[in-house]
Amino acid sequence: MPKDSGIGASSKRREDIRFLTGTGKYTDDINIHGQLYVHFLRADVAHAKLNGVDTAEAAAMPGVVRIFTGADFEAVGSIPCGWQITDRHGQPMQEPRHPVLAHGKIRHVGEPVAAVVAETRAQARDAAEAIVLDYDELPAVVDMKAAVAEGATKVHDELTSNLCYDWGFVEENKAATDAAFEAAAHVTTLELVNNRLVANPMEPRVAVGEYDRADDMHTLHTTSQNPHVIRLLMGAFVLGIPEHKLRVVAPDVGGGFGTKIFHYQEEAFCTFAAKALNRPVKWTSTRSEAFMSDAHGRDHVSKIQLALDADNNFTAIRTETYANMGAYLSTFAPSVPTWLHGTLMAGNYKTPLVYVNVKAVFTNTVPVDAYRGAGRPEATYQLERVIDMAARELGVDPVALRRQNYITQFPYATPVAVEYDTGDYNATMDKLTEIADFAGFDARRKESEARGKLRGLGVNSYIEACGIAPSNLVGQLGARAGLYDAATVRVNATGSISVMVGAHSHGQGHETSFPQVISEMIGIPEDQIDIVHGDTSKIPFGMGTYGSRSLAVCGSAMVRAAEKVINKAKKIAAHLLEASEGDIELKDGTFSVAGTDKSVAWGDVTLAAYVPHNYPLTDIEPGLEETAFYDPANFTYPAGAYACEVELDPETGHVKIERFSAADDFGNVINPMIVSGQVHGGIAQGIGQALLENCAYDADGQLISASYMDYAMPRADDLPFYSVDHSCQTPCTHNPLGVKGCGEAGAIGSPPSVVNAVIDAIQSGGMNVAHIDMPLTPSRVWAAMHAARTDAA
Amino acid sequence: MYAFDIARPTTLDEAKAAIAAGGQALSGGQTLIPTLKARLAMPETLVSLHGIADLKGVSTDSAGRICVKGATVHRAVAEAVADSFPALSYLASRIGDPAVRNRGTIGGSVANNDPSACYPAAVLACDATVCTDRREIAADDYFQGMFTTALEEDEIVTEVKFPVPQAAAYEKFIQPASRFPLVAVFVARFADGVRVAITGASESGVFRWSAAEEALSANFTPDALDGLSVDADGMIGDLHGSKDYRAHLCGVMAKRAVARAV
Repeated sequence: MPKDSGIGASSKRREDIRFLTGTGKYTDDINIHGQLYVHFLRADVAHAKLNGVDTAEAAAMPGVVRIFTGADFEAVGSIPCGWQITDRHGQPMQEPRHPVLAHGKIRHVGEPVAAVVAETRAQARDAAEAIVLDYDELPAVVDMKAAVAEGATKVHDELTSNLCYDWGFVEENKAATDAAFEAAAHVTTLELVNNRLVANPMEPRVAVGEYDRADDMHTLHTTSQNPHVIRLLMGAFVLGIPEHKLRVVAPDVGGGFGTKIFHYQEEAFCTFAAKALNRPVKWTSTRSEAFMSDAHGRDHVSKIQLALDADNNFTAIRTETYANMGAYLSTFAPSVPTWLHGTLMAGNYKTPLVYVNVKAVFTNTVPVDAYRGAGRPEATYQLERVIDMAARELGVDPVALRRQNYITQFPYATPVAVEYDTGDYNATMDKLTEIADFAGFDARRKESEARGKLRGLGVNSYIEACGIAPSNLVGQLGARAGLYDAATVRVNATGSISVMVGAHSHGQGHETSFPQVISEMIGIPEDQIDIVHGDTSKIPFGMGTYGSRSLAVCGSAMVRAAEKVINKAKKIAAHLLEASEGDIELKDGTFSVAGTDKSVAWGDVTLAAYVPHNYPLTDIEPGLEETAFYDPANFTYPAGAYACEVELDPETGHVKIERFSAADDFGNVINPMIVSGQVHGGIAQGIGQALLENCAYDADGQLISASYMDYAMPRADDLPFYSVDHSCQTPCTHNPLGVKGCGEAGAIGSPPSVVNAVIDAIQSGGMNVAHIDMPLTPSRVWAAMHAARTDAA
Repeated sequence: MYAFDIARPTTLDEAKAAIAAGGQALSGGQTLIPTLKARLAMPETLVSLHGIADLKGVSTDSAGRICVKGATVHRAVAEAVADSFPALSYLASRIGDPAVRNRGTIGGSVANNDPSACYPAAVLACDATVCTDRREIAADDYFQGMFTTALEEDEIVTEVKFPVPQAAAYEKFIQPASRFPLVAVFVARFADGVRVAITGASESGVFRWSAAEEALSANFTPDALDGLSVDADGMIGDLHGSKDYRAHLCGVMAKRAVARAV
């Protein structure tokens, strides 16, 4: 019988009351007396030498307080990059300066060139139109392979080329991998594109800077997934503000999907200008600005090869990827195609040799960084597409080929430096076989064919590394921060609890699921527990929410802090019950002495902690509040198997997803309903990438998918009802809750099965189409079929 | 958006006066408002046609034509002609989303003549008459290319009169992002022949496919279109579909429209 509270219960999301009734408090809801508004004049050319910015006419316009240009920020630090990659030759990556406002050069459409601060938003925008830019346009660097060709125009004149780094992983495996390909019975090669995406959270970014001259205190309200990270990056690296003089607040945030991890120029600008003008300064992004200033995601061009022996065992994998960095290095950009991608290239398979080469490239485009899944979708897509292609080439069942090569013994050390602690890939494939009703597929295909349609079934496995991340490991890999997290459990006198957590909730439901854990541990109702997050002045510390890390890392910190609280409470209870501490048991909110009927309620113990009249003051302090920092011992490895079934209109190329099934192993699950919701959302984004979404630039570096008229977001009627299951559970072996993380799985696991399904449908119609690049729009699918029909004719 | 004044006339004469004084007519605003928000136009005065009762409603005239007043919203058309002209009702019921259908008007649509708008296909295929504040214009004369019509600068579309075909259907293949037609075809069979109008596809805006009309006039079945094709030259080619793809879809959508109409 399902539980109705605590771990494993589908408690209703308490935060939805305010989200669904319009009473959430978002950054744009924050308005401060005396507030000014900034409008950024953004570049409308991709690449130019910027000779001057004439602000004279604009500065005289009504309401204008001041206009800032790049020259105002010469003494200010560069927007920092949080991860340094060391290349194949032991050299550090090339790292260009990233100015708050463009100075001397414009490097992408949408780059802020000047900032007009005025009394009203409209006045700021009016004045921006009167600014005259003097620039000489330069050839735009857009195509990655052309960007690294000899003699290419450089995005950054001070760098030696447009190559940020050339990374080999594991470099020592390269020769052995190449030898394995020489010896292979069969080699499958696939070249593919992982399409560039725009995250498009429902809430655009907003920043409000505030400065209190009396105590030299800066406050930044911002749409962030990680306010402490912003405080660190902006305070220490850009503006030189010590932590105790900088408060960063991220209130309700309307979706992040990665793009609100990063520190952006607009945040630094509003903080800087608030002090310069001694008035609050607010910026609210329009949707149009978001398209050309939020960090984009994906954008890899890859070649993957799979070597098999005569018995169809995988013997080696070799990849070469060009990864677009855009014009500047966003906060975590260099780590995405390397440590979040190369380390997953073994997938669920016991392939003994893997070699990954990644060339990161600067182009005149918006910076590219982590987007839901970040590196892991790119790895999964390559691997699960090439395996499907190999199965077709060899004439074997793609599921059987996967099963034959699955890792089945754990822990398992991959050839790409990570150790999977636990998993059961056959179990999730068994579950998928059942929920996706593979057995009924042939009948459904016949039914489709009777209506003149083609039907395809696509399957894939996936694995991801979540719970980012063990600090000592990522430090060796170039991270410039630790990736632990922190929590404070504050028990109030009457027994209710506030938990201050470093993880930020912006859709994940922490305010509901985290109290379930505490409720389970102590045995008090969930509504006695509240979560506090998103404000550096209220929470001890935190690295924030991304990489499906909140529960596995911050949740573990919360458990450790709660354990400290319980241990102390037991001491108090022992005193009150005149018993030995070792005999005290806590169950259902009551402390009792083992083997007796003596007991004391949770609330009486907490009251004693704050009203210590009868209290062991010589042994323990009054009060009941504990903090813990938790640094994970390893990544967690959620894994699973996904299936997509499509119906294809052979006349138009239109693909309709008829069924989508996901069997995930997330380890232990706190709230099954929230987990299902996370998987649903992830699959929607994965299907969006596979069929609809495409961020496109033309050869001049103009963004041609710059609005919803041309950038196709998935709508409800593009998606089927999903069948999701997370009953296969191999608990994580190294965190206290045995949890793995579920936020990104859907986006990682779904694109390959969609594409595999479409290829299956096309081939069932007798057309020899081996691959189509995402998004599989009707136009692209038709063109591929048309070419195959023409070739065959 | 730049600041502007708004006039809210309640009669056509008031509206004409305000437009003659330099005002910009605003009907449903489904194109104009986004244009203003992007600061791509700077009218000093918008003249809303929304409050003019005489510009709203659907009726049938003595010739049996369905007459839709210019400021009638799509939802109202869809409801009003559900029985009398199902193909037009179907078209109106699938423009944009509910918010669009409750604001957007037929007059705004045909005045703007977006090359991907739905209504122009019905107007042209039915040989409808576009009535303005000063004249009546036959559909074949009215549409003059992408965003171009026979309207003068200050002319207001007051009504569109549709002869009701014996059989008709509209088939739309959507552009995945905007959900405007990538290619959409309206076929209309009248006693004296068949007309086929295609929107979304051509760089010249809505157009008649005369070869298909000829074939279908002789034999109103999908098979009559076998072997016919639209020339890819002059088709729109963009992120969402090549010229060849659009030309191909013209044939597919036309066949499907006929199949549904018969």
